[in-house]
Amino acid sequence: MPMPIPPLQVVDGLCAVLMRDHIDTDTVIPSRDIRSPTGEGLGARLFAPWRFAADGSEQPDFVLNQPPFRQATVLLAGQNFGCGSSREMAVWALAQFGFRCIVAGSFGGIFRQNAVRNGLLPVALPADALQALAARCQAAPTHLRIDLQACTVSLADDGSVAPVPFTFDADDRELLLTGMDAIDRTWRHRAAIEAFEAADRLRRPWAWPVAETPTPGSPASP
Amino acid sequence: MNAPAPATGARTLVDKLWQLHEIVTLGQGRSLLHIDRILLHERTGPALLAGLAAGGRTPRHPARVLGLMDHIVDTTPERSDRTMLAGGEAFITSFRERTRAAGIGLVDLDDPRQGIVHVVAPEQGLVLPGFTVVCPDSHTGTVGGIGAMAWGIGSTEGEHAVATQTLVRPRPAQLRVRFEGRLPPGVGAKDLVLRLIQRHGADGGREAAVEFAGSAVRSLGVEGRMTLCNMAVEFGAWTGIVAPDDTTLQWVAQRPLAPRGAAWDAAEAHWRGLASDDGAAFDTELVLPVDALVPQVTWGTSPAHGASIDGHVPDPAQARSAAERAAWERALAYMALQPGAPLAGTPIDAAFIGSCTNSRLSDLRSAAAVLRGRRVAPGVTARVVPGSMAVRAAAEAEGLHRVFIDAGFEWRTSGCSLCFFAGGDSFGAARRVISSTNRNFEGRQGPGVRTHLASPATVAASAVAGCLADPRPWLAA
Repeated sequence: MPMPIPPLQVVDGLCAVLMRDHIDTDTVIPSRDIRSPTGEGLGARLFAPWRFAADGSEQPDFVLNQPPFRQATVLLAGQNFGCGSSREMAVWALAQFGFRCIVAGSFGGIFRQNAVRNGLLPVALPADALQALAARCQAAPTHLRIDLQACTVSLADDGSVAPVPFTFDADDRELLLTGMDAIDRTWRHRAAIEAFEAADRLRRPWAWPVAETPTPGSPASP
Repeated sequence: MNAPAPATGARTLVDKLWQLHEIVTLGQGRSLLHIDRILLHERTGPALLAGLAAGGRTPRHPARVLGLMDHIVDTTPERSDRTMLAGGEAFITSFRERTRAAGIGLVDLDDPRQGIVHVVAPEQGLVLPGFTVVCPDSHTGTVGGIGAMAWGIGSTEGEHAVATQTLVRPRPAQLRVRFEGRLPPGVGAKDLVLRLIQRHGADGGREAAVEFAGSAVRSLGVEGRMTLCNMAVEFGAWTGIVAPDDTTLQWVAQRPLAPRGAAWDAAEAHWRGLASDDGAAFDTELVLPVDALVPQVTWGTSPAHGASIDGHVPDPAQARSAAERAAWERALAYMALQPGAPLAGTPIDAAFIGSCTNSRLSDLRSAAAVLRGRRVAPGVTARVVPGSMAVRAAAEAEGLHRVFIDAGFEWRTSGCSLCFFAGGDSFGAARRVISSTNRNFEGRQGPGVRTHLASPATVAASAVAGCLADPRPWLAA
């Protein structure tokens, strides 16, 4: 669904804090709120079980219902954010709401991959640094500046605190910084792919369906 | 977690499968991997195929991609494209149209093979040992139970897989989990994996490739091994896998699409070479003794919130950290349980047997062994949803449907059903459900629904007792 992703180097935005561990994608966007086969209308139902009461009214104490944080673009969360279902709709819901970056202790693997593929920056920080940032952001509305070029998180308005470094997969970083399409990049290896397939048909013939006819033009892609 | 490839010498099962599928080493610990099979379903498939078409791309090998209807289809015998879930029909019809346009095969709603993707694919031989398999679904690792290397992805990664028949992956860390000993009667694969997650946490797998091994795993049938691998994702692992052995090969040989004749002989020789070599190095190894294991049940809102059925609701004061304490308190409030209360005897409203975790024939047999000659307690709604229409037919051939129906269970057609609440079919709000599924997250089975995860035997015993119940006395009787 996400076509094409613009290059991303820095996210600078208001940070909402949701310091719970193991926030699962069923909570980010419940199955019952996925109404469109192509993923429209998800932002309005982001975190629906926590954001709305049973009668549909807003839960006033939920952070994203509080005035400054309705415009938050950075979310701070605990360990294993985005665990559970692979539904990419969770990333689409966060992005549609306006989030550009999730800073957490760790991520569910599929969620992190989905986030990268959609230009939503998933940044993992050590627990102590995360707690310190959360305390700061909870004390007063705070902007965080996440710099993917430098791989640092800093307080956007306050140079007195040293930027917190983070590590980021080099391959994912390249895709995000350049906005390059992952499929186009893989097709650079077209010759190797074709050679592998030819050899594999001989090595493991049972892995290739008999019904399959050669697919001329299938590498027509880029 | 990236790990360097061993240069020579003893290799693990995952090392071997990685090498067999590696097209190019990309640096930074990454490889471009060949993907043998791509499976799609109607919940996440339409967006994937729409994105593919929008990018002007087509499947590189359409015959190696297959669509199945499972996620939001109704499971009533008279079902049609129109679902109890409002708007569900759009997912079904759009998936049908888009698979057809892309030249991809579809196991449609009226196909006798229809069912849950992770049940149908191995059952039909669409997936074989040693294959790399992906699907935009987190429980794709289920087929690790036959020795395939399979993992869940998102829709955008799925576009990449369909367009190129490849994916870029970092080489995973490798974890071996050895379940050692003899499984006591009434204790099965579900209990093993719930115990593992309770012991080591919902992120204890740390995105590793987990090889399940040990004498207790060897003694499991292929279906039980699939239950183990199914919940590797609930353990935070990248995937789970069990090395193919005689048990696997005997099972695979009976699949409709298994290779035959000389092709089988070649495949078998290949498969027999896949087991981890003696002395192969794992980044971590965990050993869990199983001789004294008791049936497990969850009390909270994470698969890690497990306990023995003869145990008690834990006291948050005993939590290992402040964060865990807060999570336990929150979970107990949601579940309406008191610290220190015995788990057995907690009254339930509903019982569910189904899902990619526990809906295969052996699961239905183990539940039926408890139910034979007994009745579901008054006031308890009970349902069984076979994992595939083939499982349903096989169960009917041996009369299991009569056992379930006579006990007061609904006997349904196949689909994901009440593993999650999509907005249509439900047990009703805020009910307490004992469930053979994989996730007890807040609201997973519906708003306010309190889910207790357990094995099919424990679900059956609880349905009869009307409360969380230990299946072992029922099996002995």
